[in-house]
Amino acid sequence: MKSRLLVVFRAALLAAALLPVMPVTLPAIAADTGGLATLRGAPIDSASPDSGDALKKAIESTPLERDFTQQPPLVSHAVDNYPVTKNFNKCLDCHSWENYRKEKATKVSQTHFQSAGGQDLANISPRRYFCLQCHVPQVDAKPLVASTYQRPSAR
Amino acid sequence: MIRSIIGQCRRFLSAGIVLAFVIGVAFVAVFNTTMDWTNTEAFCISCHEMKTNYDEYQRTIHYANRGGVKATCPDCHVPEEFAPKMAAKIRASSDLMHNILGTIDTPEKYEARRPAMAQRVWERMKDDDSRECRNCHDANAFDYAAQGYRSVNQHTEGLASGQTCIDCHKGVAHQLPRIDQGVGVSEGISQDIFRPR
Repeated sequence: MKSRLLVVFRAALLAAALLPVMPVTLPAIAADTGGLATLRGAPIDSASPDSGDALKKAIESTPLERDFTQQPPLVSHAVDNYPVTKNFNKCLDCHSWENYRKEKATKVSQTHFQSAGGQDLANISPRRYFCLQCHVPQVDAKPLVASTYQRPSAR
Repeated sequence: MIRSIIGQCRRFLSAGIVLAFVIGVAFVAVFNTTMDWTNTEAFCISCHEMKTNYDEYQRTIHYANRGGVKATCPDCHVPEEFAPKMAAKIRASSDLMHNILGTIDTPEKYEARRPAMAQRVWERMKDDDSRECRNCHDANAFDYAAQGYRSVNQHTEGLASGQTCIDCHKGVAHQLPRIDQGVGVSEGISQDIFRPR
């Protein structure tokens, strides 16, 4: 009697242990996100949508026209794997005054030679070192939020 | 009498030849296996010192890329031909000594020696005409229609003027040491060494 009880107990234990791996069809639980949407516009558990594809490839041509005065010109090429670290700045490898002629590249604006204290330096000011803070690769990016802004030329 | 001595000699000689052959085969097998074993990524990173550069490499295109084709440590750092390969293996044996001495066993020590270590690899690659790069990247097989216009210009001009891969492509698998680009404090490796133009 005692041994039979033990067998039943063991079987129940085994079934309980196997429950998570058994192909049981459970009713699908709708994810309650409380009205929150992901930035990529698709549920978090879905495969990556193609909405980011336009942003993956820089438009390699002449720089796109600027939309407003003082707008930093866009980078007309991809910058993937271009390091801008404390040790080395890949942008300056072609765009510095020392190298731009040989590389047939656009030279850095002389406005970037001024230090924070208004002193004119012989080379780019350290405060202007991180080029990609202002100059971004040009991509076919649609506005994320609707805006009534128009280019001065289109007004 | 003489005939039996000659017969014994023959038997001894043939046994010797067979033995030498077996030993030779065994030696080659052990030698090749050892060489292959020391040419694996797992062997390279079994030393604590290799963690820094291995972590850096994992963030580059030679580790992670669209098609998942990898160049592992020996693909770039060990030549495929026998003589240069043996020379590289002998040179690399000094790593054992530096492991014991703890020459680069902290991030600070590693950074301090990075310029010297990087320049040693650059010099070797330039001397060998970037042989290890060219094991995979064959300039004759470049499809210039598929390359961007900047790449086409640089590659055609650079290759025509006798430049080699490493002249421009430094820091493609590991972080660069400090290069003196004249911004702020002037220090580091000069641009002329970094990028001969």
